[in-house]
Formats: sequence, C-alpha cells, structure tokens
Amino acid sequence: MSNEQTVLSVLQELTATDLSGQMTTNLFTSGLLDSMATVQMVMELNEQCSINIPISEFDRNQWDTPEKIVAKVTELQ
Amino acid sequence: MPNLSPYADPQYFVLLVVTLIPVMLGLYYGKRFRVYETIWTAAFLLLTFGGIKWHQGVMLVAYVVYQLALVMGYDRYRKRYNQTGVFVALVVLSALPLALVKLSPAVHLPKLALLGFLGISYLTFKTVQVIMELRDGTIKEVSPFLFLRFLLFFPTITSGPIDRYRRFQQDDVAVPSRHDYLELVNTGVMRIFQGFVYKYIIGYIFGTLMLPHVAHQVLMHRSAFLGTGLSWPLVAYMYVYSMYLFFDFAGYSLFAVGISNLMGVRTPMNFNAPFKAQNIKDFWNRWHMSLSFWFRDFVFMRFTFFVMKHRLIKNRIRVSQFAYLVNFLIMGFWHGVTWYYIVYGLFHATAIIINDIWLRYKKRHSAQLPHNRWTQALAVVITFNVVCLSFLIFSGELNTLWFKH
Repeated sequence: MSNEQTVLSVLQELTATDLSGQMTTNLFTSGLLDSMATVQMVMELNEQCSINIPISEFDRNQWDTPEKIVAKVTELQ
Repeated sequence: MPNLSPYADPQYFVLLVVTLIPVMLGLYYGKRFRVYETIWTAAFLLLTFGGIKWHQGVMLVAYVVYQLALVMGYDRYRKRYNQTGVFVALVVLSALPLALVKLSPAVHLPKLALLGFLGISYLTFKTVQVIMELRDGTIKEVSPFLFLRFLLFFPTITSGPIDRYRRFQQDDVAVPSRHDYLELVNTGVMRIFQGFVYKYIIGYIFGTLMLPHVAHQVLMHRSAFLGTGLSWPLVAYMYVYSMYLFFDFAGYSLFAVGISNLMGVRTPMNFNAPFKAQNIKDFWNRWHMSLSFWFRDFVFMRFTFFVMKHRLIKNRIRVSQFAYLVNFLIMGFWHGVTWYYIVYGLFHATAIIINDIWLRYKKRHSAQLPHNRWTQALAVVITFNVVCLSFLIFSGELNTLWFKH
C-alpha cells in the first residue's frame, strides 16, 4: 500500500469519513480529529509505516491535513 | 530600591516602551541587539524581584541556575544515552521546586513556600517542556544562552503565555523583514490598547467596583436555602467573578503578547473568545490556550500514548476518560492544593467526559437530532453556564461561605 492509501485508511477508521477527495481539509479545525484520535493516529502510523513519530514532534500546523500527513510520513521513512 | 509590579499601572508601560526603543529601532533596521536586551532584562528583573522582594530575587537566581544545570546536564547525557529512568528523574527534579512550593500550605510547612517567586510555575512549564523534547529528540541541542533568554523572556516571565522553545528560537534567530516587523508592531500596539480596555476598564468594573459588593451580599445570605447559603447574590457573584476573571487575565495576556510583539517575538495568544465555545472541549481550545495546549501535549497526549502503547487499558474510551481525569486533576493541583481547586479539576474532567459521551451519541444519531442555529445557541448558553459554575468553585468563595465563620 502506498503511504497515501495507508494514511487514508487510518483516517477513515478514526473519523468514519472517506477523506480521499479532501486531501487539504484541516482535520483539527473541522473537528474530525481530537487529541485522543490524534494519539491513535500516531500509533497506527508508527506501526503500519514503521516510523517513529515522537509525540512532542506533533506540531499540529504540520500535520493538519491528509496531504501534510502523507508528506510527513514519507519524510520520516 | 523601588519595586515594580508588572503591568500594574500606566507608568510601567511608559517605562517599558521607552526603554524598548533601542530594541525596536534595531529590529526596524534588521538587527537584534542581544547585549542591550540582556541588560534590559536584567534591569527589569532587578526592578521586579529586587527591593522589598529581594528574597524572591535570590530564589529566582538559584532556581534558574538549578534548572540550567538540569537541562544542560540532560542535554549532554541524551547525546549518548536514553534511559527512561533518567528522563523521569529529570522531569521530577525539574518540577520539584514548584511542587514543594505548592505543597507547603497542605503539609503545614510555610518555610517551603519561601522557595517560590512570582512566575515559578511558568518557568517550570518551560523547563519541563525542554526536557521532554530533548527526550523525544525534537530538540537536538540546547544552547545555554538561548535557554536563558527563553526562560527569562521578560514580557511573559510572571504569568505567561507559555511559549515553546523551538518556536521562540525561530523568532530569536530570524529578524523579521521591515514590512513584517511594522505589521507586528501595529498588532502589538492594538493588543496593548485592547488590554487596557479589558483589564483597566472592564476588569476594573467587575473586579473592583462590583465584586466586593456582591461578595458582601453573598455572606449576608449565609442562612439562605436551608442554611446552604445558595442565594441569588451567589448566582450574581458567579457571573461577576467569571467576567472579572476573563477580562483581568485576558487583559494581562494581551499586554504580555503585545510587548513581545514590539520585541519581534510572536508569543502565542492565550484567549480566543472563550465564551463563544459550543462545548467544554471547544472551551479548552479557547481558554488559557497556552496552558491547556501545554497540558494537552505534555500530559494528556503523552499519557494516552503511554497507556495505549503498553496496553494498560484495553478500551479506548476508558483510556481517554482516565487521561482526562489525570490531566485535569494535575491542573487542579497545580492551581493549589486546596479542595476547591481540586474540585474544579474534577468538575472539568467530568464535564469533558460527559461532553465526549454526548458527542459520540450525537455522531451515531445525527439523522434524528436537529442541528440549527437555535441548537447551537443553546449549546453556547449551556457551555457558558457550566464554565461559570466551575469558576464559582475556582473562586474559593464557597470556601469562605461554608467554612469560614
């Protein structure tokens, strides 16, 4: 699976929303992700993409859209 | 030697701004005068923590040396090793002075409180954050000089807002372009004037003119409602105190951010129209934001991450509920080891847990539930009243009413 597919499937699980057509939607201001879901997302991405996102690395401005998450995951791999 | 309370009167602002003119001229010409800023900071620290408060000044110096030693020691250690025990020990040692000061009334050791000084909490938040980020590797290296500038950044030293090391570093390294700087000065000046209106006019009306009068009425109705003291004046007190709390603290925060802006630093804002919040979760994204975000990032998220990684609690809803409880209890204890601060923490934890249950219910039944501007207005009204009730607990007035005869 590509990073984009992985990220989208993780997000779909957490938000119950298919975000494939909304790659630039802000996940935090739209209320799709709260802190708890964010932690779950970080854990899933760490596991599925074999990366290590430190929790304090989580600067919301850099992770706030599906597109940015994909870019971040790719960067960390 | 004179002693000045930060942002207490108009002369203070004149003194601040006049002495900052060299810094502002420097920034206008693309230069940051670090030596001048350092001398300026030392002078204002002396004016704030000198004179009759000299013992606080001594404690501040000792505290800063202690924290600097911890952070630099951990910085060196972390380059080679990364043991969890050492990290935990460092966090405990770093929070220890604050914990002792906060515990002193509860354990009846008033001498411990002498370790404290105005602003110790805010310096502790900053130091603990640096240690946690060193552990995570998001801060690779701490420069002792920058750490001191960050810790002792004067506009925010006594009461925040709580900045982040990496964010502060960005502003410190890069001098804004002339255009950006002028815009920042413009915003800063507007914030300072908004702060005047908030703190010295609205906050004054609620806090100085109205509050003592309502407080007196509350005590006059001590025997109301079967001796519980629950009276209309108490309801009035709740609203007046809540308004005072907001305008006074938001006013102060605007000063701190405004003065930071004049110095070319974009200190984060503390409030974003908190009384427009649609629910408690939304409220904590708008109220004392630099504190609640600190708790979110360094307590709530780390705690849930830890619990889930080690599978200590299986059910994810239980994890978040437990984490809310831990988060708000720590926040309550931080305010002070007194029953009403702890109840305030429990109250907010309960409110946010109920809020989460409701949000989940709403998601499942979105088809049946109405959603329009009337339900939104109702949500704002309910949230506002729940928040005001929490501030009544926080105010300590119930303690006076019930337990001080």
